Amino acid sequence: MPTAKIRVKRFNPEKDRKPYWADYEVPYEPFDRVLDALHYIKWNVDGTLAVRRSCAHGICGSDALLINGVNRLACKILVKDIGTTISVEPLRGLPVIKDLVVNMEPFFDKYKQVKPWLINDDPTPEKERPQSPEQRELFDDGTKCILCAACTTSCPVYWTTGEYIGPAAIVNAHRFIFDSRDQGGQERLAILAEKSGAFRCRTVFNCTDACPQGIEVTKRVQEVKRAITVGGI
Amino acid sequence: MQATRARPAGRGWEWFCWLYMRISAVVMIGLVLGHLYFMHIVNSTDTISHEFVSQRLATPFWRIYDLVILLFAMSHGVIGTRGIIEDYVRKPGLRRGLQWTLYVLSAAFTIAGIYVLVAFQPGQLSR
Repeated sequence: MPTAKIRVKRFNPEKDRKPYWADYEVPYEPFDRVLDALHYIKWNVDGTLAVRRSCAHGICGSDALLINGVNRLACKILVKDIGTTISVEPLRGLPVIKDLVVNMEPFFDKYKQVKPWLINDDPTPEKERPQSPEQRELFDDGTKCILCAACTTSCPVYWTTGEYIGPAAIVNAHRFIFDSRDQGGQERLAILAEKSGAFRCRTVFNCTDACPQGIEVTKRVQEVKRAITVGGI
Repeated sequence: MQATRARPAGRGWEWFCWLYMRISAVVMIGLVLGHLYFMHIVNSTDTISHEFVSQRLATPFWRIYDLVILLFAMSHGVIGTRGIIEDYVRKPGLRRGLQWTLYVLSAAFTIAGIYVLVAFQPGQLSR
């Protein structure tokens, strides 16, 4: 079986003063993912390695990591596709708890700021609230978000101070702003017009590149800017 | 349904800066190309003399033209540099210090520029 060299950036706050690189030789099958390689290390080599994952099939968004310098889901990328030397680091811009596990709270705090739930004060209808395919199309892309934080933690503006609300929160605001059933668009656009909002975006496109769901993140951010400026899409 | 499509009431200073950067950039493309055409193609930089500048600034058109370029270029540059400082400087104190240095310096340069354009007396030295 071929082997790959997996370099993991490790850090135990109770022992280490700063993070260090640990190298592991890991045998892999053609269809093994980076997550399988991390499992191999944790289960066979060093059980103290901390890594977060849940569904392991690209749905839950728990194992977003900086893999060979790019934010990816470890469960969605094959070892054979990215070479035999692979570096794995925790997401940037969020505090490291241990090894590859970061504290996601600052990320979810930003997410909550945009009120990511349906706002509609009309009396609850007897049946569903109908929507045409065209109306759905306006916000469909954003509904694919799994909140893995790959986009927000790939954004250089977010890295600086963490003040910027970040692409994930903007995409999730977009998902409701352009939903015909929602009435909170004004409120959300006002939040995104603030200093920490959409106008901090410098259209770097790292977010679009990082999204494991293929959401056109930068385009969605631009649509929010346009809605604030002229209204509508 | 309508309400969700309307733009928000308070759009704020950040939005204004963002939009101003785009508008001033487009306006300056025209102004700067006009400047380059006049200074480098219609005239040659080899023949620029005090007399030439005097003649040029004797017409209100060029004074206003240069004043508009000055104001747009300085404000565009200040907002852009402010953005770079916000994006790259992490320490709040240093950030504020650099931004105020930027504001004071650029205000001084702008005032100096306006002074030159307004107070310049054509033909004064050539006498």
